[in-house]
Amino acid sequence: MNIYKLFDDAKRGSKRSLGRLLSILESPSNESFRLLKEFVKHGGKSHVIGITGIPGSGKSTLISKMISAMRRKGYSIAIVAIDPTSPYSQGALLGDRLRMQEHSTDPKVFIRSVSTRGVKGGLSLAALSMIEAFDAVGYDKIIVESVGVGQADIDIMNTAHTLLVITMPGVGDEIQALKAGIMEIGDVYVLNKSDKPEAAKTFEYLKFALETGELEIKHGWTPRIVKTSAIMGMGIDQVVSIIDEHYNYIRENSIFMDKLRDRRLFMLKLLVESLFLDNLDDMYRSGEIEELFKANDYYTSSIKIIELLLKKIRKIDNS
Amino acid sequence: MERTANLLRGRGRRIKVLVAKLGLDGHDRGAKVVARALRDAGMEVIYTGIRQTPEQVVSAALQEDVDVIGVSILSGAHLNLMKRLIDLLKKEGADDIPVFLGGTIPIPDIPKLKEIGIKEVFLPGTHLNLIRDYILGVVGERKEH
Repeated sequence: MNIYKLFDDAKRGSKRSLGRLLSILESPSNESFRLLKEFVKHGGKSHVIGITGIPGSGKSTLISKMISAMRRKGYSIAIVAIDPTSPYSQGALLGDRLRMQEHSTDPKVFIRSVSTRGVKGGLSLAALSMIEAFDAVGYDKIIVESVGVGQADIDIMNTAHTLLVITMPGVGDEIQALKAGIMEIGDVYVLNKSDKPEAAKTFEYLKFALETGELEIKHGWTPRIVKTSAIMGMGIDQVVSIIDEHYNYIRENSIFMDKLRDRRLFMLKLLVESLFLDNLDDMYRSGEIEELFKANDYYTSSIKIIELLLKKIRKIDNS
Repeated sequence: MERTANLLRGRGRRIKVLVAKLGLDGHDRGAKVVARALRDAGMEVIYTGIRQTPEQVVSAALQEDVDVIGVSILSGAHLNLMKRLIDLLKKEGADDIPVFLGGTIPIPDIPKLKEIGIKEVFLPGTHLNLIRDYILGVVGERKEH
């Protein structure tokens, strides 16, 4: 299979070709490196929107409604939906897509599920590579959905141009919200399920947090708070227009390009980590390291291992 | 077992399965049990929910680039729906993705379904391990080509 032909077909709108490209990007290889090189040339234009929040806050349902509203504005949209991998079987049940299936046949919407796989950095790398692919193929908006737990997750969310943090009424007090560590990173805070009791109270708390400076002002943008009820279709247009507002803001203030650069630099770091760690794991499994360690002390073993790793990594042909 | 699921898709990649319910049929207990069993066998399972059209299922399969599609039907409309599903896959040049079917399927229909292009039919009472082993086999075969 010729990867350049796949890329051409994907640009012309072939979902099958794009689906295949994304699979190639799931782990570093000759092909994935060649593709990324190509993507960087073509991409850099898409608006990346991160969506995070506690499990059960209605992220997928909200995204589905947002897709409808954004499609009315004429945007093409790609979604990267991240779901956790079972730590026991290493398998995964990817269910985010289920709530967005109504958009499955829309030619201007592309939904792809990714599992966290329990590999260090593996999730972020796959997700970031997919963002590059969607960007290069020419999607206007790329939505990344994630569970918002753990440092890797925060890291990837930080690479989004616009970040939405979804919360819901009655999920514990302010302390819980602060503990989660996600209350400092949003550009837009969405109080979903606001048709429920206690919504007013939670909304007041969020407002208070914003006024007292608990919610951080980033790059001169004061975070916004919106009440929604995704299931009832309430507040969706407002969310979408605030996202547009934020997009204009970061475009005017050159934050857009800064974020793009940060994202690519971060991805480079993850690629390096992945190349080293994957090969290191292979060496452990093959017993190579045990042999080496028998004959050498810690320091000498370390240096020898790094040299061997470099030799293995160089075998990846990037022509 | 877990190793096999891993190896077939190369490093960091696992067998990806789409589990789908087609047509006006809300009974998805069976589909969910199979989805769960395949997840426990180390596969990545995408469940698309009830009342899907063949178009929606094919589109999801292409976007997710799955290795195999499993459909559950208990409504009796399996011959029509599966024919449309296979036709759509052919139209997209994706009929190399193996499709298997589960549900309340009359035995006389099984040869007809296989003629349409359904790789395998699992009737009620099928052991979950059998489905798992079937997928491992069929995906393994496909990768060797």
